[in-house]
Amino acid sequence: MKRRSMKSICWMTALVVALGMLWCAPTVFAAEAYKIGGIFAVTGPASFLGDPEKKSLEMAVDEINARGGIDGHPVEAVIYDTEGDPTKTVLAVNKLISKDNVVAIIGPSRTPTTLAVVPIVERLGVPFISCAAGIQIVEPVKPWVFKTAQSDVLAVAAIYKHMQKHGIKKVGILTVTNAFGVSGRDQLLQQAGNYGIQVVSEQAFGAGDTDMTAQLTKIRKEEPDAVICWGTNPGPAVVAKNMRQLGMTIPLYQSHGVASPKFIELAGEAAEGVRLPTGKILVADLLPESDPQKPVLLQYIADYNKRYGGGVSGFGGYAYDAMHLLAKAMEGTGGDKAKIRDNLEKISGHVGVSGTFNFSEKDHNGLGEDAFVMVEIRNGTWKLLQ
Amino acid sequence: MSEILQYLLSGITAGAIYAVIALGFTMLYNATELVNFAQGEFVMLGSLGLFSLLSALGWPLWAAFPAVTLLVGLLGVVLERLAIRPVKKPEPIALIIITVGASIFLRGLAMLVWGKDPHSVPGFGAGAPIRIGGAAIMPQSLWILAVVALLMAGLHLFTKRTLTGKAMEACAINRNGAWILGIPSDRMVLLAFAMSAALGGIGGIIISPITMAAYDMGTMLGLKGFCAAMLGGLGSHWGAAVGGLLLGVLESLGVGLVSSGIKDAIAFLILLVILMARPSGILGQKAATRF
Repeated sequence: MKRRSMKSICWMTALVVALGMLWCAPTVFAAEAYKIGGIFAVTGPASFLGDPEKKSLEMAVDEINARGGIDGHPVEAVIYDTEGDPTKTVLAVNKLISKDNVVAIIGPSRTPTTLAVVPIVERLGVPFISCAAGIQIVEPVKPWVFKTAQSDVLAVAAIYKHMQKHGIKKVGILTVTNAFGVSGRDQLLQQAGNYGIQVVSEQAFGAGDTDMTAQLTKIRKEEPDAVICWGTNPGPAVVAKNMRQLGMTIPLYQSHGVASPKFIELAGEAAEGVRLPTGKILVADLLPESDPQKPVLLQYIADYNKRYGGGVSGFGGYAYDAMHLLAKAMEGTGGDKAKIRDNLEKISGHVGVSGTFNFSEKDHNGLGEDAFVMVEIRNGTWKLLQ
Repeated sequence: MSEILQYLLSGITAGAIYAVIALGFTMLYNATELVNFAQGEFVMLGSLGLFSLLSALGWPLWAAFPAVTLLVGLLGVVLERLAIRPVKKPEPIALIIITVGASIFLRGLAMLVWGKDPHSVPGFGAGAPIRIGGAAIMPQSLWILAVVALLMAGLHLFTKRTLTGKAMEACAINRNGAWILGIPSDRMVLLAFAMSAALGGIGGIIISPITMAAYDMGTMLGLKGFCAAMLGGLGSHWGAAVGGLLLGVLESLGVGLVSSGIKDAIAFLILLVILMARPSGILGQKAATRF
């Protein structure tokens, strides 16, 4: 009886050890390479965001590995395509956490997909850096959720600050009736008072509208000092053309939604004199030497264009910054998720593509007003404004 | 006062665009009693086709205009042959759903060929706006109005004065009866598809300097054009023009006098009211029991 129980104990011990070794095996491997999850809208309607983000994440991972990884551990990125779809994003995040055992997740590209997975990462406690712009991602602050893309709040602040400096007191606003325009409109109305600016006329247009002269005529009746248009192409180009048609000479401010050469091409002659806020990547060459972001931007642009044969944009910078911030936070943590989170919150003065990041307990976006600069279109190209 | 004048001119600009699209709907409906929801995509293809010929291949406008019209017309023939003709039980609802499918297919195809970004197309003549009593209108809008007037006159002559036009109308009224009289109804339907697609293409060509050309422009323009056709009375050429201009002016006055946020709602509300009070549309002659 006694011998039999001894024997069975031996067997059981052996079994436990064997199982334990099986169980430990992946953990031992994970300690070898840190796995980072990436979820981007690589295909689908938001692929203009997801594609450069995926490429930039891969580039950042290679950079980190080339300089010896994090504390000697190489980094491995596991990237899934969300197609910009919240359901697919949720599936991808579950897979990353339960199957791939990633220590942190970067992405997704859009605000709706981000909001769909926030409850999951919050419940399971996984450091998560979103590449989407919506302010509601980090407001109110959620412990595990960070983001690297600039919020509309900062773009609106940049416009109003410039107006304040140039004595513009009354504005008419014209916003597109989609998520981008509505968010911009809310911010424009909310912040106007802080800068002593009065919104005298508030108009809207549909994303597919072809003529905005009626809205502009209504704005003109209120005699504002400037017009602010908030939308993505082609609507804002139509607005610029219509203002010329009506002979309106007051300044036109646009949003960062049209900060690309495409707007100049579409609006043509009417783009002259248009002012807008933009991430610094668009005007990296024009930045003063004293700007700490200039070398980072020039390096990123050169590396990206060399590796992928052109097509650099500010969007890829969101994932690039996220990976480098994460690498900084992971140093000395041994892959412990709670420690990575704590370290992320402590990062300050990280100079990235989208701006200088100063995370804190209260701010999980970490960008200041310097993330945007004001530019004016002159002779078909960008000119930096003071 | 000058504001009201500007609202009217703005409304005419938008309305002329709706009118030219409504003409395409009317053309096909007259011959086949079919509403083609891919009509907006023909407009889109006209715009993008013009952009390609003008900008990418450097053709002059006088050569690109007929070439694009012809190509889009041919596409109408292809659509009829490949998607409409082979249907076993050609019930109206099945055919309409097929045109919806064709519209999604064409939009996807255009996105692959031309990309997602909109493209800009130069105006036909001088670019300076014309000022009338404190209000302004672009010369391109006058071009659109002129072309709409020409097309309407042409279509009117075609249906009332030519044998082919009359044969087409006979097919619409009673296909079997027309067939017994020796009218090749199959060929008439094919011709109607070609002509309505070409009309859509012409619409796309003349509006592109104002609207710009993008793969996704067809959906909204097609819907507005359909509304204009319904408003004026589906099947009437003059109704298409009146409906288009009325819709444009109502939208513009809605923006000016009420609110820009509910611009589309105002237009559609008026459409509902008119259709309830007069289901055949403003200028519709035929009975409304066709559906």
